[in-house]
Amino acid sequence: MADFEPRIVTFCCNWCSYAGADGAGVARLQMPTNFRIIRTMCSARVDPEFILRAFSKGADGVMVLGCHPADCHYIGGNYRARRRIALLRMVLEQYGFDPKRLKLEWVSASEGEKFQKTVCEFIDTIKALGPTPLQKEAN
Amino acid sequence: MTKSALVIGGGIAGIQASLDLADRGIHVYLVERDATIGGVMCRLDKTFPTNDCSACILSPKMADCNGHPNITTLTYHEVLSVDGKAGDFKVKVLKKARYVNPKECTGCGDCIAKCPVKNIPDKYEFGLTNRKAIYIPHAQAVPRVALIDKDYCNMLKKGKCGLCQKTCGKGAIHYDDKDEEITLEVGSIIAAAGFKVWDAKIATEYGYGKFQNVVTAIEYERIMCASGPNRGHIVMPSSGEDPKKIAFIQCCGSRSEKKGWKKYCSSVCCMYATKQAMITKEHGDLQEDIFFMDIRSYGKEFEAYIHRGEDEYGINMHRGARVSNVEEDPVTKKLTISYTDDENNGVSEEFDMVVLSIGLAPPEGAEEFAKTLGIELNEYGFCKTSVYHPLETTREGIFVTGAFAAPKDIPTSVAEASGASAKAGAWIVDENFERCAPKKYPEEKNVEGVPPRVGVWVCHCGINIGSVVDVPSVVEYAKTLPNVVIANESQYACAQDCLESISAAIKEHDLNRVVVASCTPRTHEPLFREACRDGGLNKYLCNMANIRDQCSWIHMHEHEAATKKAKDLLRMAIAKASLLEPLVGSEIPVTNAAAVIGGGITGMTAALDIAAQGYPVHLVEREKELGGFARNFRHKEDGIAVQDFLAETIKKVESNKLIQVHKGVTVKDIPGFVGNFKLQLSDGGEYPVGAVLFAVGAAAYEPTEYNFGKDDKVMTQIVAEKQIEEGKFKGQDVVFIQCVGSRNDQVKYCSRVCCAASLRMAIQIKLQNPMANVTIIHKDIRTYGFREELYNRACQMGVKFLRYPVNDAMPAYDGKVVKAYDATLGAELEIPVDTVVLAAGITPMREEKEVLAKMVKVPISKDGFYFEAHQKLRPVDFATEGVYVAGAAHWPKFMDECIAQASGAASRMLTVISKDKFISEGIVAVSNHNLCDGCGVCVGCCDFNAIQLEEQPNGTLKSVVNPGLCKGCGCCVASCPAGAMEQRGFRNKQIIAEIDACLDYPVGGE
Repeated sequence: MADFEPRIVTFCCNWCSYAGADGAGVARLQMPTNFRIIRTMCSARVDPEFILRAFSKGADGVMVLGCHPADCHYIGGNYRARRRIALLRMVLEQYGFDPKRLKLEWVSASEGEKFQKTVCEFIDTIKALGPTPLQKEAN
Repeated sequence: MTKSALVIGGGIAGIQASLDLADRGIHVYLVERDATIGGVMCRLDKTFPTNDCSACILSPKMADCNGHPNITTLTYHEVLSVDGKAGDFKVKVLKKARYVNPKECTGCGDCIAKCPVKNIPDKYEFGLTNRKAIYIPHAQAVPRVALIDKDYCNMLKKGKCGLCQKTCGKGAIHYDDKDEEITLEVGSIIAAAGFKVWDAKIATEYGYGKFQNVVTAIEYERIMCASGPNRGHIVMPSSGEDPKKIAFIQCCGSRSEKKGWKKYCSSVCCMYATKQAMITKEHGDLQEDIFFMDIRSYGKEFEAYIHRGEDEYGINMHRGARVSNVEEDPVTKKLTISYTDDENNGVSEEFDMVVLSIGLAPPEGAEEFAKTLGIELNEYGFCKTSVYHPLETTREGIFVTGAFAAPKDIPTSVAEASGASAKAGAWIVDENFERCAPKKYPEEKNVEGVPPRVGVWVCHCGINIGSVVDVPSVVEYAKTLPNVVIANESQYACAQDCLESISAAIKEHDLNRVVVASCTPRTHEPLFREACRDGGLNKYLCNMANIRDQCSWIHMHEHEAATKKAKDLLRMAIAKASLLEPLVGSEIPVTNAAAVIGGGITGMTAALDIAAQGYPVHLVEREKELGGFARNFRHKEDGIAVQDFLAETIKKVESNKLIQVHKGVTVKDIPGFVGNFKLQLSDGGEYPVGAVLFAVGAAAYEPTEYNFGKDDKVMTQIVAEKQIEEGKFKGQDVVFIQCVGSRNDQVKYCSRVCCAASLRMAIQIKLQNPMANVTIIHKDIRTYGFREELYNRACQMGVKFLRYPVNDAMPAYDGKVVKAYDATLGAELEIPVDTVVLAAGITPMREEKEVLAKMVKVPISKDGFYFEAHQKLRPVDFATEGVYVAGAAHWPKFMDECIAQASGAASRMLTVISKDKFISEGIVAVSNHNLCDGCGVCVGCCDFNAIQLEEQPNGTLKSVVNPGLCKGCGCCVASCPAGAMEQRGFRNKQIIAEIDACLDYPVGGE
């Protein structure tokens, strides 16, 4: 398991967390390469279907990053994202899928360091959990 | 007839001034004496305090400027004379012979390869490399066309050669080209002549020009730069080896009475030296030392930057250490520098390289230029301005911006450039004003039903991407992906040459999608979209892969994994791009009125500038009186009392018919969006406005230190100044304590204005009572720019200065005596006092700012001031369109800086409210009525009330989205149980394609 390199899909909202990820770059904060970012305008755009799609395609973990509560560029999108993710985690658990593989976090545009920390911690979590049980048999 | 505006100087200030004018429909002539625009900024490697790549952030502006339909860029032109008067100038301009027709030249460089005349020192590289007699100034030059240096060309000098003409396939070379005089009729002029770097040869004690390993900071900038002569590899000029120890010597050419040196502080060197030291550390592990008298990190987030350099990067900072001389070992070429350390000991230390932090001097030929324009220079040879009119020269209708007025950094220059354009525009916009016609684009090609044909560009971004990610292999990989027709690599994808090649390739290869793998779409997407439009492609058919900010920069040491990631990100971007569809925004009307929140100097200046161009302004002040913080000031500037200026300004504002002043009220809410805000006030008033300015200022720190408030001897600067100006100041033994409430553990930043204020008062005290003992206890004296004069004067008048170590506790005070450690003497001193003046810093009024910030969704920086869209190039804009910031709400600053920035914000607002309509974003939600059940979940979900259920002719309810109100968040899309809602540009199938492209392939496509 030592050389298990998880594959992580990360959804970032355009205004806060994507900018925070850029900010991590501007500050040259280093982190593992295991994640790939998909940009949406708001965390509320992240349809639960997207997350399930990523898991079904073999993602070991999915992160959804949005603006801090009350900071959403679109007023309340992050609150809606929070409810949807909470529900989805319950659904995942009911199907015997570890909800720890799905993480929601708030990262503001000025929080490059928090982005780095969030990414590193999540990668560690997933490494501890091991490869997704949904990994295609071919792998 | 509508007159044009003239901008002289094509550096960042001139570019910004031109863009602001042009965006308001005013035609601009931009005259630049060099063969390319970009000025000094385009030769810098990185910029402080974000360490953004200079070329990356400037190139888009250069490209914008060159491609703007309202800007006529006249490079290699010089102004000869200015006749007439404001509103009606006749300007003679010399069009210098290039010997190459820029319209025909493609910038291919074939002629340069053939030219036999080599070894001409390259001015652009400060002589570090050589060029040919025919040359293109540099790779990112705008316009990117060749010219011939007539002083060296064999054909022009001797009539022999002609190789370049024979080589040129376009027939663009004409040896008979002649200088020409043209006459421009303009309404107003902006002088943005910039600066030149001080000649380091004057400082013979540092051995520049004599010792090979002594370089100037600007040369070092080129040495560090990926596009520079060493391709970004830092080496010692003597041996070509990597240096192990580098010394940076500050104030080279500045802050000295020595012959040929400048008395003023050059304002930017402390920061750029720290930047250079930090960036050098990223190139390799080595020891770096900065030697300075005071560290002057007075700007926004500068103090934190210096700390980062010292604590995280391990740069050795030598405070109070003026280097006396540099000696070279003739054999090893190593350099020994001598200086005085903290404990006053003479020290010598050996270094491999010395970088001289040279100051800023007036631009080459400033005196003649001033004569040509009929304007005056100040005692230092820079353009003469005044505190109350910082953007105005001595001739009406001619304005100044950037470093031509005083040494200054880029954001200040940019804000001022916008400000100067507001002033200049006022001479052009009158009742007969006609806007320039909008830019014409080629007809957009129909892509419906056509299989995707994707063109891919992968950017090296100098070494920003290329040194980590194997760009050629990413390009090769892209060629193997579905739908990809062509894939290219580019040194700088955002440079004019690449943008042009994108537009050309769309036609040549019949591309219908463009994917650029480079930096972040947040800053660069508009540029590539514009290139698509120029190529006849709908701008929404462009997509970006962020392989710099989110790949090479955060995986700097993992070349292989980062390359794989870049391939994945590119594959995902191509997958999405293949499914993108052309979008057309809707036309949204604009309210031609502005709101200014805050009635201080900043707010009033902005309101007057906007009203001067004929647009109504709502000026909101929560106090009962206008004037803001400046009402506390009792001193004079340029011989005029601040209070007199303030009274005059208030009178102008209150008597202006276009300005409606709302006093004693607060803002309740500002719903709406760019062009269509509703200003709702606490008195129930509601006013439609198109743009909003936050000029809410800041407050003085209320000290809790030194028994303030209980001990009558202890007062703040404001009280002391009042007493001094009223002749009631009685102090005989006076101590000023600097940095009270600044630069400590709680408030980390520098409040910028306190040093100069204390010095000004100290001088006044000494003038009134030469026998007074005045001591200023400080960490650093930060009288940047021409304010250094205050420091010199105070010293001459016998004001004592006591520097205590930065990290030590504040000086102690027991009611009679101030105790402080003097770092220079190395001893604890006890100073008897009868008056203690506290230089209390500036606090941001965070809570008040947050209330407003929440209304329009703008961020606040960690220090509690408003956080602008981009620290360097968008200093007064917010990321939220239509909302702006200026004055002390942005950062503590002096009155002249507030005034200039206010005009800058006014100009930015005018670019919005001077239009009757704008085209909305295309990425809005849209409902598919075939699938919509009319359940209304989306309606409740939308925080902008953009969705309504409407009854259809057949009686069913369907959701309908108002594209003017829709902000394009996509929240409703994810909520729709029927799958009827879609977000254009972020459709379900497009995002799913990205997910699949990420996971269906092995990592890196291997």
